[in-house]
Amino acid sequence: MPALHADERFARALLAPDGAPPPGLTAAGGDAVARRFAIHRNTVGVTLSEALAVAFPVVRQLVGDDFFAAAARAFVTAAPPTSPVLADYGAGFADFLARFPPAAELPYLPDVARLERLMVESYHSTDAPAETRAGLAGLSPQEAAPLTLARHPAARWLCSPWPVVTLWRMNAGHLPLTPLSHWAGESALVTRPELDVMLTALPVGGDQLLSVLETPLSLAALSEAMEPVGGLAGALPPLLDAGAVRRASTPQGEQR
Amino acid sequence: MSQVSMMPQRGGAARAPALPPGPGVGFKPQHFADIIAAPQPLAFFEVHAENYMGEGGRPHAQLARLRRDHALSIHGVGLALGGSGPLDGAHLARLARLCERYEPESFSEHLAWAGHGGMFLNDLLPLPYTPERLATVAAHVEQAQEALKRPILIENPATYLTFAESSIPEGEFLAELTRRTGCGLLLDVNNLFVSAINHGLDPDRMLAALPLDRVGEIHLAGHVPAASPGTAPLLVDAHGSHVSAPVWALFARVLRRTGPVATLIEWDNDVPDWPTLRAEAERAGAHLLQARKAA
Amino acid sequence: MKPVATLAVLGSLAATLAAVSAPAAAQDAGKEKCYGVALKGQNDCAAGPGTTCAGTSKMDYQGNSWKLVPKGTCVSIKTPHGMGALMPIKS
Repeated sequence: MPALHADERFARALLAPDGAPPPGLTAAGGDAVARRFAIHRNTVGVTLSEALAVAFPVVRQLVGDDFFAAAARAFVTAAPPTSPVLADYGAGFADFLARFPPAAELPYLPDVARLERLMVESYHSTDAPAETRAGLAGLSPQEAAPLTLARHPAARWLCSPWPVVTLWRMNAGHLPLTPLSHWAGESALVTRPELDVMLTALPVGGDQLLSVLETPLSLAALSEAMEPVGGLAGALPPLLDAGAVRRASTPQGEQR
Repeated sequence: MSQVSMMPQRGGAARAPALPPGPGVGFKPQHFADIIAAPQPLAFFEVHAENYMGEGGRPHAQLARLRRDHALSIHGVGLALGGSGPLDGAHLARLARLCERYEPESFSEHLAWAGHGGMFLNDLLPLPYTPERLATVAAHVEQAQEALKRPILIENPATYLTFAESSIPEGEFLAELTRRTGCGLLLDVNNLFVSAINHGLDPDRMLAALPLDRVGEIHLAGHVPAASPGTAPLLVDAHGSHVSAPVWALFARVLRRTGPVATLIEWDNDVPDWPTLRAEAERAGAHLLQARKAA
Repeated sequence: MKPVATLAVLGSLAATLAAVSAPAAAQDAGKEKCYGVALKGQNDCAAGPGTTCAGTSKMDYQGNSWKLVPKGTCVSIKTPHGMGALMPIKS
């Protein structure tokens, strides 16, 4: 039998919850091959589920350990990792939960998972100094106009029809758990100006501003671009406070 | 059959491209504050390469801080050198970048594989020991050494199963691999013990077959007996407890043959507090001291 | 990128800079550092936890996943209005 096929058969048998081990294996002392193959099967299921549990603690809190373990193992079987970088594993978990029938009664769950995924991305993003209010305060409009800003590499956002920010805070222990009597959608801003990921409410207009900032832009051009959607004065200060913006160039050499 | 030369470190620093022959531990982020709070009686730290594949953030901030004061071993768990399929080129490139970034004293990987056809199952899976597979693995090791610009260490696995088609004893397989590629051996004494028990073999005889002149690092860890019923002893390489008494004893016998070698305590599950982990490493350190006196 | 900003742009920039120079609103209740301190690495090289149960822990969830009921804190977001309250209230 070609070796290639043997590896593939071995891998597929690991993902099957039941079923016989692949052929060609032996165990010492007359022990059952299945007993020993089960160690590998267990390791695959448990460690990959554990990787998801680390990445989605609030989803886990929302559904309970047993439900999470079952959902995670179903996801592992349906979509095993395609890369050894397990911090990337789970990018498809939110979409999986959206299609997972037992989770149907928690329609907000996929967006909470999306939010947690953004936090993991932010956690591992490139380091960069965040622009601050102090860095801009005191500049004249002429000085500020050519200064170029961009989205901070660790900044992410999510606009949700569900109260994801409140749900997250309650279940992460940052707010007391109380019944939510109204269900306004919330938009989340995830930032990491230094080493700690922060979750804040995205200011009004923040999604437009961050979209525009995907490409570095001068403050003058930014101001113009934001004019039709309420201007820059509302959204920029809270984005600066959260560390969502970086300076892409200094005004030196462009202005004087 | 190419011997990878010991490349001089960039910048011409006098840092030897080998781990110092003292005790080390696998770094866990929860120990970071304790570790930097005081000088540690440890020769090196080891990290799993795949946990440092992001661009920035706390993982790299901590690793860079550790690196300032300590020798570093980067231990890959996902390259699947033992697989029959081609290596993941993108992953190899990520590992090369990590090695450039931290210039570790050692890079090591496993004689194992982890998936097939782009699937990664996060386990260290066993391979058949055949001449064909030996050729494939040797080519993989050479490719990795080229990409990483350094000789690497290959770790002997903990195994539960054997392949009917295997025709080469594990020690011989590893000896031939080191001979063909110039790679070193990461001798995991717990793995050796676990495999010996699981396959009804004598650990000392297995040990004697290994290329002990090529040992660049030793691993020690805890194992547990499998709870499932069976007709033969079955130990699991669980990395979740103290090193067992027979593994300490085997370690002492290893050191008599190798002399002092950088020795790591691996504790990945039910990670204890820092003093407990450090004490385990210091116990290894005491063995190393004895080996130095005997040498 | 325009070399010279128009007067209108400079005017709105002045408003932006004034807003930036004002003290930050005391809205920082939710700005606590909230995540990442405990995030551990995800790649280990041991056999997974629960290995002592190897052979007995079956992944037999597939046949009966419809029986699964979330048992976490989801109950906390139910309201006195019953199941209907799981949907957003239309204003």
